[in-house]
Amino acid sequence: MTPKAKFAAVWAVLLAAILAVLACVLVLVVQAIPEAERARVVASVEDPFGLGLLVFLALFALTGLVARALVRSQIEPLRRLIEGARIQLSANPSHRVELAGSAENQEVGRIVNAFAERYETLQRDVEARIHEANAGLEEERNRLAALMSELTQSVLVCNVEGRILLYNQRARQLLSGGAEGKNGSTLSGLVGLGRSVFGVIDRNLVVHALENVRYRIDQGDARPLANFVATSPNGTLIRAQMVPVFGQEREISGFVLTVEDIKRSVEMEGQRDDLLQSLTQGTRASLATIRAAVENMLAFPEMDADRRSQFTHIISDEAGKLSGLLDQKEAEYARAVKGQSRLEPMLGSDLISAVQRSVESRLDMHTNTEEVAELLWLNVDSYTLVQAITYLATRLREEIRIRDLRFRLRSEGRLAHLDLIWSGGFLSVDTILAFENDPFTAGGFASPLTLNDVVARHGGEAFYQFDRPRMTSCFRLLLPRAEAEQAWAGPTPLASRPEYYDFDLFHQPGQSHELDDRLLSDLTYTVFDSETTGLEPSAGDEIIQIGAVRILNGRLLQQEAFDHFINPRRPMSKESIKITGITPEMLATHPTADQVLPAFHRFCEDTVLVAHNAAFDMRFLQLKEASTGVRFTQPVLDTLLLSAVLHEDLQSHQLEAIAERLGINVIGRHTALGDAIVTGEAFLKMIPLLAEKGVLTLKHARDAAEKTFYARVKY
Amino acid sequence: MAKKILIADDEPNIVISLEFLMQRNGFEVKTAGDGEAALRLVTEFRPDLILLDIMLPLKSGYEVCQKIRENPDVSGMKVVMITAKGRDIEVAKGLALGADAYITKPFSTQDLLDKVKSLLSGAA
Repeated sequence: MTPKAKFAAVWAVLLAAILAVLACVLVLVVQAIPEAERARVVASVEDPFGLGLLVFLALFALTGLVARALVRSQIEPLRRLIEGARIQLSANPSHRVELAGSAENQEVGRIVNAFAERYETLQRDVEARIHEANAGLEEERNRLAALMSELTQSVLVCNVEGRILLYNQRARQLLSGGAEGKNGSTLSGLVGLGRSVFGVIDRNLVVHALENVRYRIDQGDARPLANFVATSPNGTLIRAQMVPVFGQEREISGFVLTVEDIKRSVEMEGQRDDLLQSLTQGTRASLATIRAAVENMLAFPEMDADRRSQFTHIISDEAGKLSGLLDQKEAEYARAVKGQSRLEPMLGSDLISAVQRSVESRLDMHTNTEEVAELLWLNVDSYTLVQAITYLATRLREEIRIRDLRFRLRSEGRLAHLDLIWSGGFLSVDTILAFENDPFTAGGFASPLTLNDVVARHGGEAFYQFDRPRMTSCFRLLLPRAEAEQAWAGPTPLASRPEYYDFDLFHQPGQSHELDDRLLSDLTYTVFDSETTGLEPSAGDEIIQIGAVRILNGRLLQQEAFDHFINPRRPMSKESIKITGITPEMLATHPTADQVLPAFHRFCEDTVLVAHNAAFDMRFLQLKEASTGVRFTQPVLDTLLLSAVLHEDLQSHQLEAIAERLGINVIGRHTALGDAIVTGEAFLKMIPLLAEKGVLTLKHARDAAEKTFYARVKY
Repeated sequence: MAKKILIADDEPNIVISLEFLMQRNGFEVKTAGDGEAALRLVTEFRPDLILLDIMLPLKSGYEVCQKIRENPDVSGMKVVMITAKGRDIEVAKGLALGADAYITKPFSTQDLLDKVKSLLSGAA
């Protein structure tokens, strides 16, 4: 019963009771008067109806006042007490009920609070125990996550339906196309917990591989795995290997995909293949001609001199062609090899030690260091660079008999100086040119590369100097330094770890069911918030920021956030600048709505949308449908309306008020992502409260929200 | 009457040797430097056997071979493919298109001669 109805009922009962008593008294009084007198007495009342009405009105007003006082002092505090106790019970044990109304009411409130106090302590105790018990498990999980993140391969673990249960940062980098936004969210290609792997790898390939694996298991293969090649969303050629994950009854419950980028290696392989093909073909053709000519000369020794000379010329000609072909193919191979190496950050001192080891193990030479800068990072292809320097040392050792070589590494601005120093042994210009431009073929090397090639590959320079007064020679390599930050991050910048796995997904059914009948606790949600240039979408106000997080299996996945600014291409209202702290200048370089909204649309595919005061955000999205071509047809839940469903007597359903009631720490309000996170946490707390009110499924929630919505509108 | 052989190869150096070899062994020889000339000579010269290089200008050896097999007038003509492509896959393709033999460069002139003679005696 609503408070109004209750009030009306109390009032009616009071009024009826008093009227009834009054009527009885009147009847008794009239009967007490002797019959003869009655007519006279009745007649003496001047206006009986007027009097009756007056009495009734007075009673009506009086009972109204009494009823209101009663409801206010007895019923309303009790209702608030009930709401408070309910919050304590199912959402926030730290919540305390308000002490109001009569002394008895207040006493009940105090007792309820005392119970909550004890309950909270008890719960904390239990939580601590559980936490302890979970710590071991958590540690193992973290170890697994850490291990995964350190792997140089990209790894994805999926359930049989292709939903991603576990992935590492590498996989995300390789398979998520496009530039990374803030918090690692991208504008295309999505690898995320609970998302379908088919969004990044062709479904047919995965299904086919899974069938292969099944077949191999049936055949009793001890290592049932399948390989396939696919194209990632950004066009990279990838090779994937699938290994099954078994459930408790040896049935396939999922699979592990290890993925590697093979675009480069395939290109290289192709190049090498072409080279080999054209080399063998050319060689075969020339050899055939030479052989035919020679065999003719042998078979017909009596041929005349002209004929003989013709054949001799053919042989010489073809032999020349053959040599030319070999030179040409070798040069092509050298070019292919040059393109192959990759530069990776390396600590300069490590490079020097590697060079020293290489030189001393190959040559009868003593090496030393003069000065090696600490923490100096270089971007190098360490293999070829060490090879080049060792080759240089070999030439010095063999041609000018140098026995002692010193190394020096210094930092000069953005460059590093890597010096090879030796006493005496002046080099002529010709010798230096030969050192720089000969392929590494001396001293056991057989590479088509030259020192100049290697230095150029590193974006550096090399030159020789002779210090006449000290009679020392110095061969200097100028190499660009790696940015410290880039260097520290290592070749693979791997950020934070957990939240990348959710093994509970193994048991999650596919989302093919009608969402309406699914339990709220089982659905996947995208909780979002947007900031705008102003409050009137119809007057041309635009979205300037969208932040979103996903909820999966009752967990808010903060690391898979969507967080993008949007260039609105229009001015912002002063209020908006004040609230958001975002200025139009900050947005100038960001993508526009027609780029960001399609990406957001992909981000929230297959999920239910949740927002606070969702109608406002949805209105902006809907107005953009025509220009962006994406429609948001997902079911939408509004935490504002849901809060009203839960606490119909409470007045404020602002996000701050809800957060406070539900015991949520508010951080970073008025950024889209910050608000989305608060909304998401509030929503998670609301799910059990809604369940107590019988709101279990998505349909229940939408119906209940609709009802309060109309109630609020009417109000 | 001497048997007739057509040599189709765009490498003049090997053509000279093969022409010399075949003439010395009593065959009547004509040569073609591209695929179209080879096809023209197939109908004009009517050779008993054609030594056909695969990588010919204008029309490839595969194409020439197919055209020969499509033409019932020259149904008895023997086709020996000669090529620098030595992979199984090319051998298979050549034989599938109707070549009687497939010889990979470099080859022994004696082997070639034996092959030619055996094909021609078989036909006779």
